Amino acid sequence: MKRPRPPTWLERQRYLLDFTLSSLGRRKGKNLALAALYTLVVFALASVLLYTQALRSEAMRILEGAPDLVVQRVVAGRHDLIPGDRVERLSKIRGVQEARGRLWGYYYDASARANLTFLVPDRFWGKPGEVVIGEGVARTRLAVPGEPFPVLAADGEVVVLKVRETIPSFSELVSSDLVLLSEPDFRRLFGIPPGLFTDIALTVPNGKEVSTVAAKIRGQMPDTRPITRAEITRTYEAILDWRSGLVVLVLAAALLSFGIVAWDKASGLSADERREIGVLKAIGWDTSEVLAMKVWEGAVISLSAFLAGLLLAYFHVFVTPAPLLAPVLKGWSTIYPEFRLTPVLNPFIVSTLFLLTVVPYTVATVVPAWRAATTDPDEVMRS
Amino acid sequence: MIRLQDVRRVFHQGRPDELVAVDDVTLDIADARITVLRGPSGSGKTSLLALVGCMARPTSGRIHVGDREVTSLPEHFLTEVRRLTFGFVFQQFHLVRGLTALENVMLPAYPLGGSRKALVARAQALLDRFGVGARAHARADWLSGGEAQRVAIARALVNDPRVVVADEPTAHLDSKLSAGFMDLVAALRDEGRTVVMASHDAIVYDSPLVDHVVSMRDGRIVRGEP
Amino acid sequence: MRKSDRFLLFLALMLALLEVARLHALHRGRDRAEEVLAMTAMARRLGLTDLSLFTDARYARHPSQADRFAPFQDHPTSLEHFPSGSLVPPPAP
Repeated sequence: MKRPRPPTWLERQRYLLDFTLSSLGRRKGKNLALAALYTLVVFALASVLLYTQALRSEAMRILEGAPDLVVQRVVAGRHDLIPGDRVERLSKIRGVQEARGRLWGYYYDASARANLTFLVPDRFWGKPGEVVIGEGVARTRLAVPGEPFPVLAADGEVVVLKVRETIPSFSELVSSDLVLLSEPDFRRLFGIPPGLFTDIALTVPNGKEVSTVAAKIRGQMPDTRPITRAEITRTYEAILDWRSGLVVLVLAAALLSFGIVAWDKASGLSADERREIGVLKAIGWDTSEVLAMKVWEGAVISLSAFLAGLLLAYFHVFVTPAPLLAPVLKGWSTIYPEFRLTPVLNPFIVSTLFLLTVVPYTVATVVPAWRAATTDPDEVMRS
Repeated sequence: MIRLQDVRRVFHQGRPDELVAVDDVTLDIADARITVLRGPSGSGKTSLLALVGCMARPTSGRIHVGDREVTSLPEHFLTEVRRLTFGFVFQQFHLVRGLTALENVMLPAYPLGGSRKALVARAQALLDRFGVGARAHARADWLSGGEAQRVAIARALVNDPRVVVADEPTAHLDSKLSAGFMDLVAALRDEGRTVVMASHDAIVYDSPLVDHVVSMRDGRIVRGEP
Repeated sequence: MRKSDRFLLFLALMLALLEVARLHALHRGRDRAEEVLAMTAMARRLGLTDLSLFTDARYARHPSQADRFAPFQDHPTSLEHFPSGSLVPPPAP
C-alpha cells in the first residue's frame, strides 16, 4: 500500500475547520445569535473584572500615601473629637516620628444636595477666607476660581469664602468632593474649639513597628482606636471584592440561564448530528479527527465570543468612562468623580476569563460527541 | 484480492437478543471484478459488506486486504486502510446536508491534508465525469435522487480507492437510472477497480456486467444457486 | 478565500487587537504613572485615608474610618437605606 506524505497538523486542522464552519453555517442565524449572546456575557464579566482589578490596583497605589496610623477617640462607642494634648503624648511613643492633629468633616450642601468633605491640610497654602475645591465640587456648585463660596456655619450664619483654585482634575479619584480650607475657617464653620481635633495621624517610619505602636496606644489610651494603613487598604480590598461580587451575583442569573442555553445547544446531539458523525467515520475519518472537528466547533463560537467580549470590555472600561458600570459605584452620590483608571490587562485576568468561558463551552460540545465518535462506523449502514 | 476466512459477526453477544449477522463466511473477492452479494433483507449482506470495507471487525475469523491482515489492526490503522483502499456508496447516499455537492465529495480527503487546490480540482473533475459538475455548488439536500447518487459515487472515488463498496445502490433509483448506474460501475471495473455491492435488485445481480454473484441467506453463503 | 482561512484571519485580527489593547494599557500605564504618583503624594500631604468614590452618605465617604455618624457602625449589617451602606462591609478588625 502506498502511503502518502503525512499531512502536517496545520493542514489537517484547516480542513477540519472548513468542515466545522460549513456545518455551523447551516444554522447561521441561530449560531450568530448564540455567539452574540455569548459575547455579551463575556463582555459583562470582563468589564466587572477589569474594572475592579484596575480600581483595586489604583487604590492600593494611592493609599500608600495614607497615614501610617490614624488614632481616633471613641466615646461611648462613637467617634469623638480628640483633645490636642494627645498629640504630644502620641509623638513620644517610641517609633513615632511625628503626630499631627487632623481636622476634617462633612458638610451637607443643601443647594447642591451633595455631601462635601471639608479638610484642613497640614500646611494650607491659601489665605484664611479662601478655599481650594475639588473638581467634583466645582462641577456641582458651578464654582470657578475667584468666585464666592458661601457656607452655612454651625451657628446658622452664612460665611462667604472665596474659591482660590481647583484641584487638578486628574486626581478626582481622591479629591473630587474635597474642600480645603484654613484651620481658623474650619473651627469657625463647625464650631470646634481650639485644642480639639477630628483625629490624629501618626508617622511611623518603620513599617514593622506599626502594629507594636498600635498595641501600645491601645494600652495607654483605652478610649482610642488606632487604624493602621494595612487596615485601610484591607477595607478597600474588601469593598471592591464586595462590589464586584455583587455585580457578579446580579449577573449570575443571566450567566446561569446562558449556561443552560449553551449547554443545551452544545450538548444536545441531535439524531442528524449523530448520523453525520457516523457518515464521517464511515468515509474514513478517525475518531480523533471527529473529536478535533468538534473541538473546533466549540472553539469557533466560544473563542470568537471570548475575544470580542474581552476587547469590547477593555474598550468600555478603559477607553470610555465605563458608563455601564459607573452607576454601581455611584449609588446615590451627587458628586461623582470623573476618573480614568490605569488599564490593567494581565495574563491572570485573560486566562481566568478564558477558563470561565471558552473551556466549558468547548467541553460541552465535545463530550456528547464522544460516544457517537467512538461507535463503529458500520452503524451508519445498519440504520 | 480480499480474502475472508471463517468470518463471523455477532451482535449483542451473550445477550438474549443475540444476533448472528454473518455466520462462518469464507470468500475470496477478485481484484478488478464486480462482485454482488445477493439475498433478501436480513440475510447479512450489509454486515458482510461492512466487514469487507473494514468498517467493523469480525467477531471471529480473519480478513486479508491484499496481503495485509486487517482484523488485528488497531483502530487508527484500520481507519487508514479504510480511507485509502475503500470508497463507499451508501443506500441512503448519506451526503452531509447543508454542505455543497463539492464539499461532500471532498470530505473523505479532509483528514489527509494536502493541497486544497488540487483537491478541489479532483473533486470537480469527478463531478464533471458523472455529469453533475454544474451542481457542484448546490447544497446536498437540494439534489435529486439520481444526482445525489452520482455525488455519492464521486465522493467514494475522491481518494482514488482500489475497491468501491456499494450497499443497495439502486434502491432509490428508477430502472433507467439503475441501468445507467451499472454502466458507471462497469467503467470503474474497466479502470481496474474492484467493486463489491450488496443488492436484492435483479437489475443489479442479473446484469451481464457483473462478474460474480454470491447468494446469501441467514448470514451464510448459499452455494450452487444461479 | 477558503472558510478556515477567513476564520483564522478573523482570529488573527482579534489577537492583533488584543495586542493593541495590551500596548495601549502599557502606554496609558506609563502616562498615568505620574498622575498616580501625584495622587499618592496628595494623599500623603493631605493625610487622605480614602478614595472619594462613595459620596452619597457621610458615613460611606470614609469607609476605612469609623465615623460618629454611622448607625450601628460596628455591626456588619447596618440597618439603613443608602445603597453604599448595604454594600460596604464594616472595616476589618
